[in-house]
Amino acid sequence: MTTAFQAEARPESLLINMGPSHPAMHGTIRILLELDGEKILNADAEVGYLHRGFEKTCENRTWWNLLIYTDRLNYVSPLINNLGYALAVEKLCRLDVPERARWIRVLMSELSRISDHLTCLAAMAMETGAFTAFLYNMKAREYLWDVIEQTTGARMTTSYIRIGGVRADLHSDYEAAVRKGIEETRKVMKDVRGLLDKNPIFLGRTRDVAVMDKADAVSYGWTGPALRSTGIAYDVRKAHPYSNYDRLSFDIPTGDRGDNFDRYLVRMAEMEQSLRIIEQCLEPLRRARLEPAASSVRLLEPVEAIKAGRTSPPAAPVRLSPNLEGAERRVLPEIQTADPRYALPAKEAAYGTIEGLIGHFQYFMKGHGLRPPAGEAYAAVEGGNGELGFYLVSDGSDRPYRLHLRAPCLHVVSALTGLIKGRLLADIIPTFGSMNMIGGELDR
Amino acid sequence: MEEKDILIALREAFPGVVLETEMSFEIPVIRIRASALPAVAAFLKAEPRAFTMLLDATCVDFPDRPERFEMVYHLFSLAGNTRIRIKAGLPAELPEIGSLASLWKNANWLEREIFDMFGVRFSGHPDLRRLLMYDGFEGHPLRKDYPLRKRQPLFVKREAL
Amino acid sequence: MTGNFITTRFDAMLSWGRKFSLFHYPYVTACCGMEYMSTACAHYDIDRFGAGMTRFSPRQADMLLVVGTITQKLAPVLKTVYDQMTEPKWVIAFGACTVSGGIYDNYAVVQGIDEIIPVDIYIPGCPPRPETVLDGLLKLQEKIKTEGQDWRWKKKTS
Repeated sequence: MTTAFQAEARPESLLINMGPSHPAMHGTIRILLELDGEKILNADAEVGYLHRGFEKTCENRTWWNLLIYTDRLNYVSPLINNLGYALAVEKLCRLDVPERARWIRVLMSELSRISDHLTCLAAMAMETGAFTAFLYNMKAREYLWDVIEQTTGARMTTSYIRIGGVRADLHSDYEAAVRKGIEETRKVMKDVRGLLDKNPIFLGRTRDVAVMDKADAVSYGWTGPALRSTGIAYDVRKAHPYSNYDRLSFDIPTGDRGDNFDRYLVRMAEMEQSLRIIEQCLEPLRRARLEPAASSVRLLEPVEAIKAGRTSPPAAPVRLSPNLEGAERRVLPEIQTADPRYALPAKEAAYGTIEGLIGHFQYFMKGHGLRPPAGEAYAAVEGGNGELGFYLVSDGSDRPYRLHLRAPCLHVVSALTGLIKGRLLADIIPTFGSMNMIGGELDR
Repeated sequence: MEEKDILIALREAFPGVVLETEMSFEIPVIRIRASALPAVAAFLKAEPRAFTMLLDATCVDFPDRPERFEMVYHLFSLAGNTRIRIKAGLPAELPEIGSLASLWKNANWLEREIFDMFGVRFSGHPDLRRLLMYDGFEGHPLRKDYPLRKRQPLFVKREAL
Repeated sequence: MTGNFITTRFDAMLSWGRKFSLFHYPYVTACCGMEYMSTACAHYDIDRFGAGMTRFSPRQADMLLVVGTITQKLAPVLKTVYDQMTEPKWVIAFGACTVSGGIYDNYAVVQGIDEIIPVDIYIPGCPPRPETVLDGLLKLQEKIKTEGQDWRWKKKTS
C-alpha cells in the first residue's frame, strides 16, 4: 500500500528509513526520510512501536492495581507518573493527603525529575559523541536511585506514591543518602557543563539547529522544558500548584531561541532548581520527624499480638516483618489519608485483629475496596517533558471506565518532522535527543 | 476572561449550539453539538478568550448511549492560565466530526490517534491514517466491544523446540 | 584419540574466545533500557566480562540483547534483525516483557519473544537489577563454554 509520503516523493531522491531499532537509545520510532544527498526534503515519523495498550488494560484493572502500569509510562521518572495518577484519583474521591506524605511526594518527584533530565542529556550528549558526559550522568543517577531504592525498595518501577498518600515512610538514613546524591549530582553537573557548554563541536551541532518559535510551540501543544526553551515560562508546578509546591521557592529557567542548545541549557538549569527544592524539603521533613518507638518497649511477637487482639487492640507495638517496614500503625496517619474507604488499615491491625484483616482483604477484593464516586476528573503534574495529565472517567465501580493520559512528548514529537525538514541528516540526532522522547509515554 | 463571560459570549455567538454546562472541579465543561465544533474552537482560540493551546483531545465510548462516542477536548489559555473542557457526542452509525488540524498543529496526531483507537473520522483532516497500530490491523482497540486479548499477529508463530 | 584431544582443545579455545568477547546488539525498546544503561555504565560495568562492545549493526554482533517490550508491530522487525545476524549467535531475553509478555497481556504485545526467535537465556525482572543481568550473562558464558562447536545451534535457527 503506497502511503502519501511515498506517492509525493520525487523520483530522483533517496527514500531511507531510520529506525525502529535505533542506536540512538530512545526506544523505537521510525522516521522515513526523503533525502537529496544529506539534505532532508521530507520526513514522516511513524510511532506506535511501543504501544502496549495502557489505556485499554487500565479499563480492566482495579484502581489501585493499575498503579504499576503508570510507573512504566515515562519510565525515567516513574514517581512523577505515580503522583499524577494519584492526584487525579484523589481529586475524584475528594481525599486529603497528610502533610508528611505531601513533602515526601515532592522529594521523590524532584529526585525523579533530576534522573529524567540526567538521562535525557546523557543520551543527547552521547549521540553527538560526548560519551564521557553519558558515563558521568549515569554515575550521578545511581546515587539518586540509591535514595529511591532505600525507601521504596525498587530503583526504577517503584509504585510508591499511592492513592491517598505514599506506601511507606522514608528510611531512617534517608537524609545522608539524599545529601550524598545532591553532592554527586552537583559535581557531575559542573563537570558536564565544563565539557559541553563551550564545546565547539557540541555548539556546532546544537546551536541554531531546529529553532522553534513561540507561536508554533504553543500551536503544537508543547509544554515543559521544550516550551520553556522558546521563552514561555509555563510550569504546572507554578501555574496550578499541587502537593506543597506553592510553599517552595524555585525559579523557572527559560531559553530565548528555542533551539537544541537552549533545550539542553533549560534542562541543566532545571536540575539545579530541583536540587534547590530538595534541599528545601529536608527541613520540613525533619521537623515532622516521627519519633521511633522507644527501644525500652518490648515489641510483641505477632502470635502474642493475635492472642491479645482477640479481646482488645494490642497495647504494645508489634514486631513486624522487615518487608512491612515504614507502614506501621504509628506512622500510618502521617503517610496515608485517614478516610477508611480509600486507605489500608495498619499492618498490626491487619495481622493481629479480625477487623483489620477483613478491612485489608476487602480493599483488594474484586468489586469492593477503592471505588471512587461516579464522575470525571483531570489532574496534571509537571512531568519531565511537560504537562502530564490524567483524565479519568469513573462509573462508581472498582475499575476505571476510561483512563486517558495526556502525554507531553506526543505533542513535542509531533513537531519533529517540521523541525528537521530542510536540515541535514545529522541534525536529526541532537534534535531528537533534545526532545526527550520516551516510548512508554508517547505510545502508551 | 471569567468563565461566565466566556459562556455568555459563546451563547451569543452560537445560539442553540451549547447544550449544557457544568463545572468539573475547577474546569468548566461545555457540551456542544458536534457539527459546531470547529467554529466553537476557532471562537475560543481567538482573542479575547485566547485559548491558544489544544491540551488534549480524546474520546470515551458509551455503547449504551444513543450518542455513543463522546469527544472530549481540553483547551488551555496561557494568558489566563485556565483550562476548559469541550464535549461533543457522536452517533454510533456515522461517527464523524470536523477536524481541528487547521487551528492547532498537534490536532493532526491527536485526531489520528482517536481514529486509530475508536474509528471516529475527522472531515478536513489532511492525512487520516492510523498512528499507533499497524497496517492490516482490523478494528479499533479502545472500543468497548473489542476484546482486550484479541491479537492479530504480524508474524508466523514459531513452534517451540 | 589424539585427533579428539586436539579438536576438544580447539573447541575450548574457541569457546573461551567467544564467551569473553561477546559483541552485543542492544535491541532496546522500553523501561528495561534504563537498567541496561546502568549495567553498561561505570557502576555495574558489563565490560568487565568482555561484553561491553556495543555494535549497532546486526552484521557485526553475535549476541542479540532484546531489552524491553516487543509489540506486535515491532515483531517483524525483530525477526529481520535476528535473521541478519551471522552465526554463531545467541539471544538473551532481558526483562519480563520479553520472557512472557510481562504485565501486558493484551492485543498489542507479543507474549514472550520465543514466539518469534529462539532464546538462550531468560532474565526475569521488571526491570531486572543489574546484578541479575550480569548473572544472566555469566550463565550465557557457561552455556557457550559447554556448547562448544556443537552445531545444535544450526538446527535452532531454522
